Amino acid sequence: MVRFLATRLAGMVGVLFLVVLFTYAIFFALSPDPAVQICGKNCTPELIDQIRTNLGLDRPFYEQFLGFLSGLFVGSTYGTGANAIDCAAPCLGYSFQTGQPVLEMFEQRFGVSATLAVGAAVLWLLMGVTGGLVAAIKRGTWFDRAATGAALGGVSIPNYVLALVLQYVLVVKLGWLPFPQAVPFGDDPGQWFLNFVMPWLVLAFTYASMYQRLTRANVVDTLDENFVRTARAKGLAPGLVWRRHALRPALTPVVTLFGMDFAGLLGGAIIIETVFGLNGVGKMAADSITKNDQPVIMGVTLVAAFLVIVGNVIVDIVYTTIDPRVRIGARA
Amino acid sequence: MSALLEVEDLTVTFSTKNGPLDVVDGLSFTLEQGASLGIVGESGSGKSMTSLAVMGLLPPTASLRGRVALDGTDLTALPESKVRRLRGDRMAMIFQDPLSSLNPYYTVGMQIEEAYRAHRTGVTRRQARKVAIEAMERVHIADAARRVDHYPHQFSGGMRQRVMIAMALSTEPDLLIADEPTTALDVTVQAQILDLLQEVRRETGTALILISHDLAVVSEIAEDVVVMRHGVSVEQAPAERLFSDPRHPYTRALLDAVPRIDDEIGELRLVDRSIDAVGGKP
Repeated sequence: MVRFLATRLAGMVGVLFLVVLFTYAIFFALSPDPAVQICGKNCTPELIDQIRTNLGLDRPFYEQFLGFLSGLFVGSTYGTGANAIDCAAPCLGYSFQTGQPVLEMFEQRFGVSATLAVGAAVLWLLMGVTGGLVAAIKRGTWFDRAATGAALGGVSIPNYVLALVLQYVLVVKLGWLPFPQAVPFGDDPGQWFLNFVMPWLVLAFTYASMYQRLTRANVVDTLDENFVRTARAKGLAPGLVWRRHALRPALTPVVTLFGMDFAGLLGGAIIIETVFGLNGVGKMAADSITKNDQPVIMGVTLVAAFLVIVGNVIVDIVYTTIDPRVRIGARA
Repeated sequence: MSALLEVEDLTVTFSTKNGPLDVVDGLSFTLEQGASLGIVGESGSGKSMTSLAVMGLLPPTASLRGRVALDGTDLTALPESKVRRLRGDRMAMIFQDPLSSLNPYYTVGMQIEEAYRAHRTGVTRRQARKVAIEAMERVHIADAARRVDHYPHQFSGGMRQRVMIAMALSTEPDLLIADEPTTALDVTVQAQILDLLQEVRRETGTALILISHDLAVVSEIAEDVVVMRHGVSVEQAPAERLFSDPRHPYTRALLDAVPRIDDEIGELRLVDRSIDAVGGKP
């Protein structure tokens, strides 16, 4: 187990390094001069030079990259002398637009994204897995056809379309939900909750559709497995055959998918947050891209990659307890 | 006293796009207590469907006519819940591919215990575990007390089939059906498993139906043989007579098709398709 974890963690560090390197390289090569951007309207060449020096933009690529890397671990200092600003580790730099530390921006917005992800995950697991199971049990019935049809719809309809339609119907036409506005949980829990209802539903519907299809297909496949036939040949009660022999193998792939999807969502749901005006990490990413706010884009990419990789490692660890073949294989 | 198993005019039908298809057609045989019967035929001859029909494990798309009686009780007339109580208890089955027939997620011990506990009420896990270890010892799995906690993938092919046999024997069934039990195994292991089946029969007195496409396998164990083709029994006879004096041309052709050690290299005899005119359905 220790060796297994060590291998996974080493792999994780390697992947993260590559993500940082590529993201940094892309923005270094492609983005317009940030100094000009920051400098604004009343700019002089001297001022631009000054900003370049402060941000270290006058140094070669590898130095800047190493500076960014070391900032992550030991923090870094921008500028010199009286103008120097200390950025504590893990330093993701400062937004070119607002001057706010990127990490702080994250801390302010992460709660919204996490709330969105957790609420949607609960919904989609309930709807998707249950729907898939029932459809598989009642294969060929009207429920199966309806659920499969709905799932096809859910996979096919882009979620921003669904979001806009739902917003129009529920808020504008029917008035069942208030117009979404940012309210902290402490101020008005009711309004806070209602704000999240639509984003949860829309996000959950898309994912639930995928989970429904996956679950149904897996269960149907597993029921054809020889070991399920063996279980029946032993004379086990049908419920036991199901629970013990069909469900566990069928749901194992769902665990994998869920780990990655959920981790990905924690890193921000760009479209849903933008459509519903939720001030989460996803919206921050969208804003930073339109404004070419390089440190924020770097930060979002890095954190999102980190979350997905951590999610993957957790899935791997969970797998070792679910599937004995993985467990033993790792030890051998 | 009636025979252990009586199969009378068994017909298994699948509905296909081109209409109903009888994969087993009017098959009859009887099996006495402790006796052994071989069912031989090519792929698609209906031999596996026959065994599944006896066990009540036919796929839902199949329909069954005729009579399958265990100890005089017609199983086809019983509700599924009653057949289920006999299945795994009075009659047990082992399958062709022992790896895929065992659930990879559970220890072999748990899977044997489960078979036992399904039919014995009030058995504790400890008792069931003891039964599992004993069953594994009976099929000569060395170090059974330790191996009982291992997973199927930690066993070799032959050992897995031994586990399957141990599982089937844990409830001391009157009838054991072995559907191509050695086909997925290599030759030396095949012989060991056949020896084991023989030994089990001798010691427990269980009746055996051995299903195989391989005449050599059947000849080693079965007292009586049914030769099937296209769902129909073309010849039934005591094994000795069948092998020494095959009466149906298809049986002769099957016997001739078995490769012999003195065959020319590269020479394989095929079953002549013109036999279709003589027996069975084309």
